[in-house]
Amino acid sequence: MEVPITMIKITNLKKRFGDLCAVSDLSFQVNPGEVLGFLGPNGAGKSTTMKMLTGFLSPSSGDISIFGINVASKPLEAQRLIGYLPEGAPSYGDMTVLSFLKFIAAVRGYRGSDVDARVESVINKIQLEKVLYQRIETLSKGFKRRVGLAQAIIHDPKVLILDEPTDGLDPNQKHQVRELIKNLSKDKIVIISTHILEEVHAVCTRALIISSGTIVADGSPDQLSAMSKYHQAVSLKLSQPCDAVSALKALADVDSVAVGEEPNSYVVFPVPGKSILKAVNQLLHDRDWQVEELHVEKGRLDDVFRQVTLSSAHGQSQYKLDQSVKAEESEGVV
Amino acid sequence: MNGLIVVLKRELAAYFLTPLAYVFIVIFLILSGIFTFYLGRFYERGQADLVSFFNFIPWLYLILVPAVAMRLWSEERRSGTIELLMTLPLTLFEVIVGKFLAAWLFVGLALLLTFPTWITVNYLGQPDNGVILASYAGSWLMAGGFLAVGSCLSAATKSQVVAFIMTLVICFTFVASGFPMVQDAFSHWAPVWVLDGLSVLSFLSHFDAISRGVIELRDIVYFLVMIGAWLMATGIILNMKKAD
Ligand SMILES: Nc1ncnc2c1ncn2[C@@H]1O[C@H](COP(=O)(O)OP(=O)(O)OP(=O)(O)O)[C@@H](O)[C@H]1O
Ligand SMILES: [Mg+2]
Repeated sequence: MEVPITMIKITNLKKRFGDLCAVSDLSFQVNPGEVLGFLGPNGAGKSTTMKMLTGFLSPSSGDISIFGINVASKPLEAQRLIGYLPEGAPSYGDMTVLSFLKFIAAVRGYRGSDVDARVESVINKIQLEKVLYQRIETLSKGFKRRVGLAQAIIHDPKVLILDEPTDGLDPNQKHQVRELIKNLSKDKIVIISTHILEEVHAVCTRALIISSGTIVADGSPDQLSAMSKYHQAVSLKLSQPCDAVSALKALADVDSVAVGEEPNSYVVFPVPGKSILKAVNQLLHDRDWQVEELHVEKGRLDDVFRQVTLSSAHGQSQYKLDQSVKAEESEGVV
Repeated sequence: MNGLIVVLKRELAAYFLTPLAYVFIVIFLILSGIFTFYLGRFYERGQADLVSFFNFIPWLYLILVPAVAMRLWSEERRSGTIELLMTLPLTLFEVIVGKFLAAWLFVGLALLLTFPTWITVNYLGQPDNGVILASYAGSWLMAGGFLAVGSCLSAATKSQVVAFIMTLVICFTFVASGFPMVQDAFSHWAPVWVLDGLSVLSFLSHFDAISRGVIELRDIVYFLVMIGAWLMATGIILNMKKAD
């Protein structure tokens, strides 16, 4: 049997800009079929890491290998495998969409009718028919981004690196780009950076949150959401005002109760690891309160995001999830 | 090498996507016409040659070539396309040389378009076409030198204006170092090797040598080395500054 090679292996990656350490000691691996969501606050080092992955920046120290190819020593070979959408989707403004895509196809080594075939397929995928003969600088922001995306996938790359691909797209386009990413075949690697957390649930098989250049959380979107204090919490909304807080608090295994933003809505937090849905239900039944809404929260990614990125700024411990660790056992739950 | 050709083609086509190419060519032709026929007293001299035309070419290039060179890299850096270009499977060599060659061919095209002047002298008399051909070659080589300087300085800044001015100043220095005035100023006190060094480095003395019709290897080598050196410097600067 062949030893499976990890497609992307990053070890002790560091990047300094003068005194500023943009990426400090980053190590992770990405395997075939994974869609990795790269999250982190502004200035966390996401783009810088991507620039090093694609061979644009050279790391201050550390190694990156893609498919066993070292990016620093064989950048061209690595770049052939990669499709990259840089932050802001730069492209040559005075070219038309068609000539730009043809140029990229030619750089990617296609000749003659292959160029047209590649360009055509990508035009269909990203729906660029309407703007083919328009100069890129006259396109709307979303279309510019789509051209950048088309350029990145024109050679059907094994590794796709997208820096904020859905920034500026309309909801239809966002949906379409997500579908596109999901439909990429299973042996590919996709790394996307984004600030839209719902996107992570929608497309990513794994999320990596970095803050100040270090990893602060790593796991599947569900695992990460489970680190939220909202995990297993019960949200409910009553139709009339009543004194629910104290009654809810009195239930067994209830840790605390928060009043929601909407009137008469509450979030009931369990003692970590306990389930309280039954008890809450029973209470509602006993008191005969009218319920408009009741559900168990899976956990909120934005909550976890805040939790890990703010705490890392204060130098607290690092949260890391192992595949085998059950969400309930996670120490991250507050 | 394929990458180089692809880059070259795109760059060359890009000149004609904006008014720049047409403006450059028109201004170049008008100015060279004025210099040759009016300031150069083409008719009064009553000689069937293009000496007056080629006398002015270095000065014309001094103004116009930096304008072509200034956008080579500044624009890529300002708009961020440099990140796209540098993450495509292209070597730094292919990109730098491809861009440079496109600019050089473009300036060469403008130079070729002065052919009516050449036809005129041939109509009026019997010029030494060998000398004229050599002068054309010399002009083009010199334009290459200017462009290579411009490529390097354009890589150093995101501002096209700064790139233009710096290129102009450095090119002027290279032209003027062989100037009789400058040479005279040095000749009273400077040792001979400084004088030699100055004239060896001067664009003008090599250009003059070629345009006298004697194409010597050392003059051609001078321009090629000049171009190579400045393009290498472009590479070094790009590696240092591409991400800024
Ligand atoms: N060329 C550069 N020179 C100096 N500092 C830089 C440079 N590029 C990035 N930085 C700094 O490195 C840090 C990380 O930047 P980076 O662009 O990677 O952040 P990011 O995670 O992509 O943020 P965002 O979400 O805003 O895109 C920032 O503090 C930034 O100011
Ligand atoms: Mg970024």
